Amino acid sequence: MYQFEYHRATSVEDALAKLKKASDGKLVAGGMTLIPTMKQRLAQPSDLIDLGGLKDLRGIKVEGGKVVIGAMTRHFDVANSADVKKAIPALAVLAGGIGDPMVRYRGTIGGSIANSDPSADYPAAVLGLGATIKTNKREIAADSYFKGLFETALEAGEMITAVSFPVAKRAGYMKFPQPASRYAMVGVFVADTGSGIRVGVTGAGPCAFRAKDIEAALAKSFTPDAAGTVKIASKGLNSDIHGSAEYRAHLVSVMAKRAVAQALGG
Amino acid sequence: MAETGIGAAVRRKEDQRFLTGAGNYVDDIARPGQTYACFVRSPHAHARIRSVDTKKAAAAAGVVAVFTGKDVADAKLGSLFCGWMVTDRHGQPMKTTPHPVLAADTVRYVGDHVAVVIGESREAAAAGAELVSVDYQALPAVVSSVAALKSGATQVHKDVPGNLVYDWVLGDQAATETAFKRAAHVTKIDLVNNRLIPNAIEPRASVGDYDRGTDQLTLYTTSQNPHVHRLALSAFIQIAPETKIRVVAPDIGGGFGSKIFIYAEECVVLWAAKKIGRPVKWTADRVEAFQSDAHGRDHVTHAELAMDKDGKFLGFKVSTIANLGAYLSTFSSSVPTYLYGTLLAGQYATPAIFCEVKGVLTHTAPVDAYRGAGRPEATYVVERIVEEAARQLKIDPAELRRRNFIAPSAFPYQTPVALQYDSGNYVGALDKALKVADYAGFARRKAESTKRGKLRGVGFSSYIEACGIAPSQVVGSLGAGVGLYEAAEVRFNATGGVTVFTGSHSHGQGHETTFAQLVGDRLGVPIENIEVVHGDTGRIPFGMGTYGSRSLAVGGSAIDKAMDKIIAKGRKIVAHLMEASEGDIEFKKGMYTVAGTDKKMSLGEVAFAAYVPHKLPTDQIEPGLDETAFYDPKNFTFPFGTHICEVEVDPETGRTSIAKFTAIDDFGHIVNPMIVEGQVHGGIGQGIGQALLEACVYDEKTGQLLTGSMMDYALPRADDVPSYTVGLTTTPCPHNPLGVKGCGEAGAIAAPAAVMNAITDAIGAPLEMPATPARVWAALQKRAAKAA
Ligand SMILES: Cc1cc2nc3c(=O)[nH]c(=O)nc-3n(C[C@H](O)[C@H](O)[C@H](O)COP(=O)(O)OP(=O)(O)OC[C@H]3O[C@@H](n4cnc5c(N)ncnc54)[C@H](O)[C@@H]3O)c2cc1C
Repeated sequence: MYQFEYHRATSVEDALAKLKKASDGKLVAGGMTLIPTMKQRLAQPSDLIDLGGLKDLRGIKVEGGKVVIGAMTRHFDVANSADVKKAIPALAVLAGGIGDPMVRYRGTIGGSIANSDPSADYPAAVLGLGATIKTNKREIAADSYFKGLFETALEAGEMITAVSFPVAKRAGYMKFPQPASRYAMVGVFVADTGSGIRVGVTGAGPCAFRAKDIEAALAKSFTPDAAGTVKIASKGLNSDIHGSAEYRAHLVSVMAKRAVAQALGG
Repeated sequence: MAETGIGAAVRRKEDQRFLTGAGNYVDDIARPGQTYACFVRSPHAHARIRSVDTKKAAAAAGVVAVFTGKDVADAKLGSLFCGWMVTDRHGQPMKTTPHPVLAADTVRYVGDHVAVVIGESREAAAAGAELVSVDYQALPAVVSSVAALKSGATQVHKDVPGNLVYDWVLGDQAATETAFKRAAHVTKIDLVNNRLIPNAIEPRASVGDYDRGTDQLTLYTTSQNPHVHRLALSAFIQIAPETKIRVVAPDIGGGFGSKIFIYAEECVVLWAAKKIGRPVKWTADRVEAFQSDAHGRDHVTHAELAMDKDGKFLGFKVSTIANLGAYLSTFSSSVPTYLYGTLLAGQYATPAIFCEVKGVLTHTAPVDAYRGAGRPEATYVVERIVEEAARQLKIDPAELRRRNFIAPSAFPYQTPVALQYDSGNYVGALDKALKVADYAGFARRKAESTKRGKLRGVGFSSYIEACGIAPSQVVGSLGAGVGLYEAAEVRFNATGGVTVFTGSHSHGQGHETTFAQLVGDRLGVPIENIEVVHGDTGRIPFGMGTYGSRSLAVGGSAIDKAMDKIIAKGRKIVAHLMEASEGDIEFKKGMYTVAGTDKKMSLGEVAFAAYVPHKLPTDQIEPGLDETAFYDPKNFTFPFGTHICEVEVDPETGRTSIAKFTAIDDFGHIVNPMIVEGQVHGGIGQGIGQALLEACVYDEKTGQLLTGSMMDYALPRADDVPSYTVGLTTTPCPHNPLGVKGCGEAGAIAAPAAVMNAITDAIGAPLEMPATPARVWAALQKRAAKAA
C-alpha cells in the first residue's frame, strides 16, 4: 500500500470539501473494494476521506411507498432489516447473498452502487425496482444511472447519499454465483411494480441492464415459464474463463424464471 | 492408557496453540535488526533482459540493498536443480537447464524472479522494487505442453531442443501390442488432468539470519523437509558448508507438496543476510503464491484398454504429455514418471501395460508434486477408462472391477509396471463401499431426482496408492538424488519424560499427537509427558521430511526402531539391577518383568537408573537412555480403497452438487482414527476441488496467468462439499513394524475420478475437469444437438 492522508468526514459537506482539496482524493465507505486494490498497489489515492462517521447516511426508512436506504448502510443491515423484509423481501435476500459475513458487515450500498462492478448484486435491484439514486446534488433515475463498465452518471465531486426503492407488489432476486469470486455470474431482479414489470440483470453485461424481452413476456403472464422461455441474445454479453456469452444469456432466462417463482412465493 | 494409546481418537495436542493464535509461523519470527525483501518479478511470460537499472531503487529512502542476477552470478551462487535424473527411452539422461536464483538474461514465466530489493520495511522494499527498471525485450511464449511439442514452437531453453526434457517409457510394448491384437473390445479415452495451484493457507515465507561471531547461517523457512533444504543450500546453492547452516521450519500452515522444493527466494534471503549483515525476511503475498509456488498436475493423456469378450483386461496403453513448466523444480521429473507410470496397473491384474510420457517445458511456473503427486493422475486415467469400458460393454462398473481385481490370494503381486504390491484386498473394500453407499438403492434415488428435474449419476474410483517411496537402493537406481529413509531419536529424561526427535515434518498432519500416541502406547508414558520435536536441523539428527504420505510408515517406523533400542538398553540395565539374565526379561507397555518371578521395574525407573548410574557398571553399560535410529523401508506401502460418489446435476444451469460421497479406505493399522478421518476429509475436499472448481489458466497468446487470484481461481468452500461417509478395511502392511501405510493423499487421489465418473453417468456426455456449471451446460447442449 502506498502512503496516503487519512481524513474522517464530519458531514457530507465536509467530505466533499476535503475531496475537493485533495489532489487525488477518494471517498472510502466500507473499503471492501477500495482497500484491496490499494493493498495490491493498484490504486494510489493521495487522500482517503472516510465516510464511516456520517451517521445520517446510515439507516433504513420506509415512507410513502418507498424504502429509502442511506448510502452508508451495510449489506448486513439491509439483509436483516425487518422493514426491508416486510416491504421488499427480495432486496433483503439480495443483500444477504453478497460476499461473506465480513464483507456484509463492512460493505455499503452507496459504495456498491458508486463502484458499479459489472457483477455486483445491487445494480440488478436498482434497475429492477426503478430506484432513485440520491446524491448531494440531485436525484438520478435508475434508467439513466448505469453507463458502462465501471461507469455511472456520477460526476466528479458527487456523492451518493441514499437510494430510494419503490415498494413493489411482488419481486424476486436470483443470483448464479461465479464459482471463484461468488459475485454474480448472472443475477436477475424481477419486480411487478404495480405500474409495470421491470427486470434488472447484472453480471451478464458490461453493466447492469434491463431485459426488455422478459419484461414484455411477464407483462402478458407473470409466471416462471413465461420468463424462462424467452431466449436472450448473447451478443455484447460478457465472456470469460468462467462462462461464455451464450451461457450467460441462457442463465438470464433461467434466473429470471426462478426469480419469478420466488416473487410468487415459490 | 487405552484412551491415549494406538487406536484412540485423541484430540490433537497442537491444536491448542493453533486455535488460540499461539502458533509460531515463519512470518511470526522477528529477528533484531530485521530487514524485508521484495522480489522484482517478470511481467512477461518470456522476455530477454536487456538491462536492469537499480540506481533509483538503491537510492530510495529505506532501501538497504538491491541485488540482481549479475550479483548472484558474481557471487558464484549455485543453480536451483532437479534432484531426480530420469533416463529416457533411448537410455539417455533427461535434459536439464540452469536455473539461477535471480534471472541472468532471460525470464521464462510471469512471476520469474529478476531482482530483490531489501528495505527497512515491507513497504520500503516494495516501493524500491517499483523503482528497479528492467528493460525487457518481449518474446513469444508457449504455455500449453501440446503446443510446446509442435515443430517450430518457441524454445524455452536452448539446452532442451523441442522443449522435450525426456521421452520416457515403462512396461513391455511388444507384449502390450500383442494383447491388443487379441482384444474383443478396445476402449479409448482422452483426458486432461487440469493444472492446479496448491494454495496452502500460509504463503511461503523465509527469514535469513547470519551470526558474524560464529559464521553461522540460520534459515527459517516454510519447508516440509528442512534437512533437504540444508543439503541443497550447501551442496547445490553453495552458500556455506552444512555445518554452518541451520534450517528451521517451525509451525507451517500446510504444504500439499509445494513446500518440499528449494525455491529461489529462500536461497536469496539467506545469502543476502550474510551479505548485508542483517536478517532478511520475505513473506509471499497471495499473488506471488499464485505465480511462483510450484503448480501441480497438467497432463494430457490418451489411453486405450484392451479386453476380451467378458471384459477381462488384456492390455493397457497410456501416452501422456506432462507440462513441467519453465524450469525443472526439485522433484518435477519424477512425478509424471516413477510416481505415475508405475501406478497404472491400479487394482487390476492387467497382464501387459505400456506407458510413455513426454516431459515438456513451457513458459509457465514450474510444476512439481502436489498432494498425491503422480498417483492422482494415474488413478484418474485408470478409473476413468475402466468406467468408460463398463459403459460401453454395458457391464455394471462394480462388476467389471470385480472381474479384473488382483485377487487377495495373489500377493505379493508383481505388476507389469515395476512395482510389487505387498498386500491388498480390493474386493473387500469394494464390497464394503457398495454396502455403505447403498448402491442397491441408487435406482430409487435416481428416480426421485428425476422427479425433481435433476440428473443423478453414480461413479466409482477404486484407487491404489504407493506411499513412503522406498527403498533407498531402488530409488537411487532410478535416478533419485537422495535416499528415502527416515531418522528418529527417542530421548528419555532422568525424570521419565520423553522427547522424540523426528525427521518427519508436521505441517497440518498432527504428528505431535500421533507420534506421542505411538511412543506412549509402547513405552507406557502418558502422552502429556512426551514432547515431539520436528522441523529444526539444529535439534533433529537427520530427516528426509514429509511428503508422499510417508510420515507414519517411514518416520513412525524409525521412531519404533529407536524404541527397540531404548527397550533393549533398558533390558540390559534391568538385568544388571535384578541380577537376572537378559533372556528372562520381558517388556510390555513400559514395564519390565522377570519371567517366573514377581520382580518388575518400570521404564521410568530404568531411565532414572540410567541417568543416575550409581549402581551401573558404566564400563559395560553407558549411562543415559537416548537412542537414534535410521529406518529404510523394504518397499512402498500400498493403501487402497473404493470411493463412490453420487452427484445431482441441474440441467438448467449445469451446476453439479455432490449428493453422497462414500470413502472406504485401507490404511492398515490406525493410530489415531480422528486424525485419519480428517486427512481423508481434506483429501476428498481437494479432489472435489480439482473435479468441480479448480483450474490454473494461462492465456495461450500472452502467457499471462488468468487465474492469478481467488477472484478467478475457485477453491472449494464448505458448501461445495458434502458430509462424507468414511469407513475402513484393515489389511496391515506386512513389511513395516507398525503395519501402517499412509492416509494423507488418498482422498485427493481417489475423488476426482469418482466425481467425474458420476457426472459422466448423470449427463451421458464426456467433459473435462473442472466440471464447472458452464462446461456441464455446454456438454449437455452438445449432447442435445447431436441427438436432434
Ligand atoms: C471478498 C469479497 C466478496 C464480495 N462479494 C460481493 C458479491 O457477491 N456481490 C457484490 O455485489 N459485491 C461483492 N463484494 C463487493 C462489496 O459489496 C463491496 O462492499 C462494494 O462493492 C463496495 O462497497 P464499499 O462500501 O466497501 O465501498 P468502498 O470500497 O469503500 O468504495 C468503493 C468505491 O465507491 C466510492 N464510494 C463509496 N461510497 C460512496 C458514496 N457514498 N458516493 C460516491 N462514491 C462512493 C469509493 O470512493 C470507491 O471508489 C465483495 C467484496 C469482497 C471483498
